[in-house]
Amino acid sequence: MNLRQAPLSAWIGMAGVALALICAVFAPWIAPYGEGEIVGDIWLPMGGDYWLGTDNLGRDLLSRMIYGARTTILVSLTATVLSFAIGMFLSFMAVVRGGGVDQALSRLNDLMMAVPTLIFALVVLAVLPQETWILILVMAVLDSTRVFRIGRAVALDVAVMDFVEAARLRGEGKLWIVFREILPNTLSTLLAEFGLRFAFAILFLSTLSFLGLGIQPPTADWGGMVKDNKEGIIFGVSASLIPGAAIALLAICINLVVDWLMKRTSSIKGGRDDA
Amino acid sequence: MIHAPKVSFRPGRKLTQRFPLLWTIVQRLLLSIVLLFAVSIVIFGGVEALPGDFATTYLGQSATPQAIANIRAELGIDRPITTRYFQWLGGVLTGDFGMSWANRNSVTEQIAQRLGNSLFLAFFAAIISVPLAVGLGMVAVLFRNRLPDRIINVASLAAISLPEFFVGYLLIMWFSVQTGIAVFPATVYEGMSFLDRLSAIALPTATLVLVVLAHMMRMTRAAIINVMSSPYIETAELKGLGGLRIIAKHAAPNALAPVINVVALNLAYLIVGVVVVEVVFVYPGMGQYMVDAVSVRDMPVVQACGFIFAAIYIFLNMTADILAIIANPRLRHPR
Repeated sequence: MNLRQAPLSAWIGMAGVALALICAVFAPWIAPYGEGEIVGDIWLPMGGDYWLGTDNLGRDLLSRMIYGARTTILVSLTATVLSFAIGMFLSFMAVVRGGGVDQALSRLNDLMMAVPTLIFALVVLAVLPQETWILILVMAVLDSTRVFRIGRAVALDVAVMDFVEAARLRGEGKLWIVFREILPNTLSTLLAEFGLRFAFAILFLSTLSFLGLGIQPPTADWGGMVKDNKEGIIFGVSASLIPGAAIALLAICINLVVDWLMKRTSSIKGGRDDA
Repeated sequence: MIHAPKVSFRPGRKLTQRFPLLWTIVQRLLLSIVLLFAVSIVIFGGVEALPGDFATTYLGQSATPQAIANIRAELGIDRPITTRYFQWLGGVLTGDFGMSWANRNSVTEQIAQRLGNSLFLAFFAAIISVPLAVGLGMVAVLFRNRLPDRIINVASLAAISLPEFFVGYLLIMWFSVQTGIAVFPATVYEGMSFLDRLSAIALPTATLVLVVLAHMMRMTRAAIINVMSSPYIETAELKGLGGLRIIAKHAAPNALAPVINVVALNLAYLIVGVVVVEVVFVYPGMGQYMVDAVSVRDMPVVQACGFIFAAIYIFLNMTADILAIIANPRLRHPR
């Protein structure tokens, strides 16, 4: 990967993602106040001791934003990694085994994708207990359907190439073919896809939290903070817009990086430049 | 999507070979029905199979076993799951979604009212966003890699990253709180005049349009560019045909199917957008009803709403496929 050739937009994206990651990792050291600490009156304006003002319970908004970065990024990232693990494993298995396994998995996937993700999540979350690990699992399983589709398409493309055939004739095992032949040749496409899914996971988690079905209070997370402060909007309090803007900016930054990665892969393959 | 089995291997060969188009469409219709049944099993059966007892959640942890048994019997959840599924399915087929656990009202009555409101909102969002998206997509292709295209590209990349609720609150902040042009919350009630309704849904519609527009436009652009970069367009160009003629005679017929697909896909996406937008604007539609029901675990309502949303989604996808089949000469005459 040649970082020097990255355009300005990609650099902006990487800087934004890095900033969010720093906030997430070093939250307790950066944040001026505690996550649930009530420091003053409710909905204080920006400026003074509280840079971004205070929220609906009088907690410092900046501190909650920093802690929120931690929760939002950690949960979305875990869900994305998990969804990739599930989706990739099943899609590569479908391609390598073929036949009935492929048919069964693909039809199951079609069925899962026949229901909009948010609706599916709402139905499932109505039954399951409200725990963070269950939320992560639900997000991962629902998102793995998309990964499965991409993974299967990409792997099918590669699996019919001559070097895979050669490996097969050489007598290599299935694991070798997956890890040493197919995976390295699909990596750049999958990396771009990972970024896209991660951005989507952040938006999805925020939406669920905003609807009151994601991360449960008092843990700070950006979507939940929009929900907490939404009553203030009528009085012109911008406390709910700040976490909303943070979600949007992070998603934009990730998309900028992905955009660059995708252009790179399509130009390497000599494909059409349909960015 | 799902590949239809090859026509020539089917029995009843004569008929299907005489009307290949009709047969492909019938196959797609049948597939949707099968899919709908499978979804009903997932929404009802899958959900019931998950851990978590409604009666305990409903009454709280400290409820006596007798009280739990009573409420289970009252709600009818002490009977075996297959009995309840077929009863539920029978009800759904006759338009009866049962009774809400939370307030003992008929779910169908509530939905009848709210579905209309949601469709009203989605309809206006669709008729504004579809022409706008297709138009902007074509502008982007026309000025490909030049300034208008770059501006549209960056703006739409930003727009697809905005969560619906952020766009919604931003619009409320600007248009309702600071300037007072639009109304918030977007309440509609029976006996409200058509114009009042329109002004009430102005902001929710704008939010939906903004959210869907970017997706639809980017996909339209990609679909058209995909067609424009195919070899036969290059041939036409090298033959010396004029730009307009290439687009009208060579590109448009082939771009029609993907564009129809893009539009339908995004209309389906509109359903999901409706859920969040309704919550933001406190609009009395299906989405808000479903979210409220989920938070109190009112399963009959959740299942009914989930099933209807899924059915609309499946219907839109099916329509897209069928229109694509009709628009695509290769699918019209298989082999």
